[in-house]
Amino acid sequence: MDKISRVDVEDFLFMEAELLDDWRLPEWLELFTEDATYSIPATDLPADASPDTSLFYVADDRFRLSERVKRLMKRTAHVEFPHSRTRHFITNVRIFERREDELLVSSAFLVYRVKDGATDTFFGGHRYRLAPHGDSFRIREKRCLLDTDGLRSQGRVSIIL
Amino acid sequence: MGVATKLNAALDVDESRRVFRVSRQTFVDPAILERERREILDKCWLYLGHDSELPLPGDFLTRQVGGRSLLFARGGDGALSALLNTCPHRGAQVCREKHGNAKAFQCFYHGWVFGLDGKLRSFPGKESYPDDFKDRPGSSMCAVPRHESYRGLHFVCFDADAESLADYLGAVKEYLDVICDQSTEGMRIVSGSQEYSIRANWKLLTENSVDGYHAVTTHATYLDYLKNTSGGLAQVGFNGQARDLGHGHAVLEYRAPWGRPVAQWIPAWGEAGKMEVERLRASLVARYGEQRATRIADYNRNLFIFPNLVVNDIMAVTVRTYYPVEPDFMAISAWALAPAEESAWARKYRLFNFLEFLGPGGFATPDDVEALEQCQKGFRNTAEAKWNDISKGMGKEIPSYDDELQMRAFWTEWNRRVFGVKA
Repeated sequence: MDKISRVDVEDFLFMEAELLDDWRLPEWLELFTEDATYSIPATDLPADASPDTSLFYVADDRFRLSERVKRLMKRTAHVEFPHSRTRHFITNVRIFERREDELLVSSAFLVYRVKDGATDTFFGGHRYRLAPHGDSFRIREKRCLLDTDGLRSQGRVSIIL
Repeated sequence: MGVATKLNAALDVDESRRVFRVSRQTFVDPAILERERREILDKCWLYLGHDSELPLPGDFLTRQVGGRSLLFARGGDGALSALLNTCPHRGAQVCREKHGNAKAFQCFYHGWVFGLDGKLRSFPGKESYPDDFKDRPGSSMCAVPRHESYRGLHFVCFDADAESLADYLGAVKEYLDVICDQSTEGMRIVSGSQEYSIRANWKLLTENSVDGYHAVTTHATYLDYLKNTSGGLAQVGFNGQARDLGHGHAVLEYRAPWGRPVAQWIPAWGEAGKMEVERLRASLVARYGEQRATRIADYNRNLFIFPNLVVNDIMAVTVRTYYPVEPDFMAISAWALAPAEESAWARKYRLFNFLEFLGPGGFATPDDVEALEQCQKGFRNTAEAKWNDISKGMGKEIPSYDDELQMRAFWTEWNRRVFGVKA
């Protein structure tokens, strides 16, 4: 665990971003552990809010995350048909805590989404819990903390951030 | 073509031929929006907030309502005030925070200090003003002309001569009672608000919020998802009615196969969930008898309160309000409403349920957003393709939940208010 460098983590996060931008969502899903969670809290909540007691935009367990991926790959997920084009910029990557079996990682994101003449911008911070897995990682938790004023200009968060 | 010449032209209605059409001009014309602001938003009762959002003395929140910037605050005596958030001196917004707790509000521009009730308390340089200046009515923050509440839901109205909120709500009250009676201690807004927007005319969300017809195609992936959840759905089909509640208000009341935390069990909730749901149902039966308990527990309600408030009691309860910004852009705020006394289990599943369907990150709302934006784009063709059709179910004695009676109720009231056309 002590030998893992920030560059190792960056390589992993950049690869994750590429899978998302390439719409290789089933492969992206494989990056998550069986007990993983993926969430986007409402922007008027504290960063450590719980989806059990507060209203989020997204709070998926692993099952619902897999269903989200299945949905997004269908033509009947109308909001993403035809697929939007996205670019995930990941920066400010930092390992801020090393635990016995996982790393706590923070990063900043800027995501552009283009569809049908409109460009939407999402930005904020990611919080990950990453478990080492072979020479890579598995994601136990991914939390997306939007810095935007709710989704007042974007209208929806139908892509993965 | 000026607005005046369009009088009577917004709707094309012929009951005998079962025709009900809405001019697409109403979704794109800035002159129509101007008229809506004056005749609807300046005159109807509009949702401000829920009293559970301000539990303690000194709690406050700021909110945009009907194009105004409002300050909603609970005073030291517990009384709630709805104030226009503007300094009586030179106009600056007095409170610049979204929510918080305060003993007083100070306008930072020149330092005037106001109580939680908006009354001027102190101001620098008072020796330069007359002795009675502080007590003059124009020296304190303006209260909204009307502010009344029903079952914890607070409304404001900018027309001082408007009918009472109770009269305005009319038949809606009974449905709010059914929704609120699920709780013994009162309903609460859960922390966390969803704020989003749609690049479409605001009235399209009114139609969409009470549209039972679109679910099967627009929300195909949501229904696929429900089938994939462990153990599947409750053994209940979609079945129910639409009702015109007068004043433009309308409701769908129907059964559906999804789980309801109060109180329709689904296999995904397991045995622990089953015990909890049975306990909740037994409590409802003890309080209200079998018939009303069944209505509260098993029936869903999509309740539309004219002109822009939706209270949907479905797989969770949401309160949603929305305003036009431009003819083709609206801003939406949505919250989750839940019984105060709810167990941690029920709250967790309620919120989990909420996000499955509702909100801009859910499995359904984003497709509604897409549908509404596609309609708005389609309205680029309004010069040639002029009309929307909402005639489904006309002439039926009992309109189904997936007919369009509720939209006709909205548009009839809209036409009465905007163009003075009686049904």
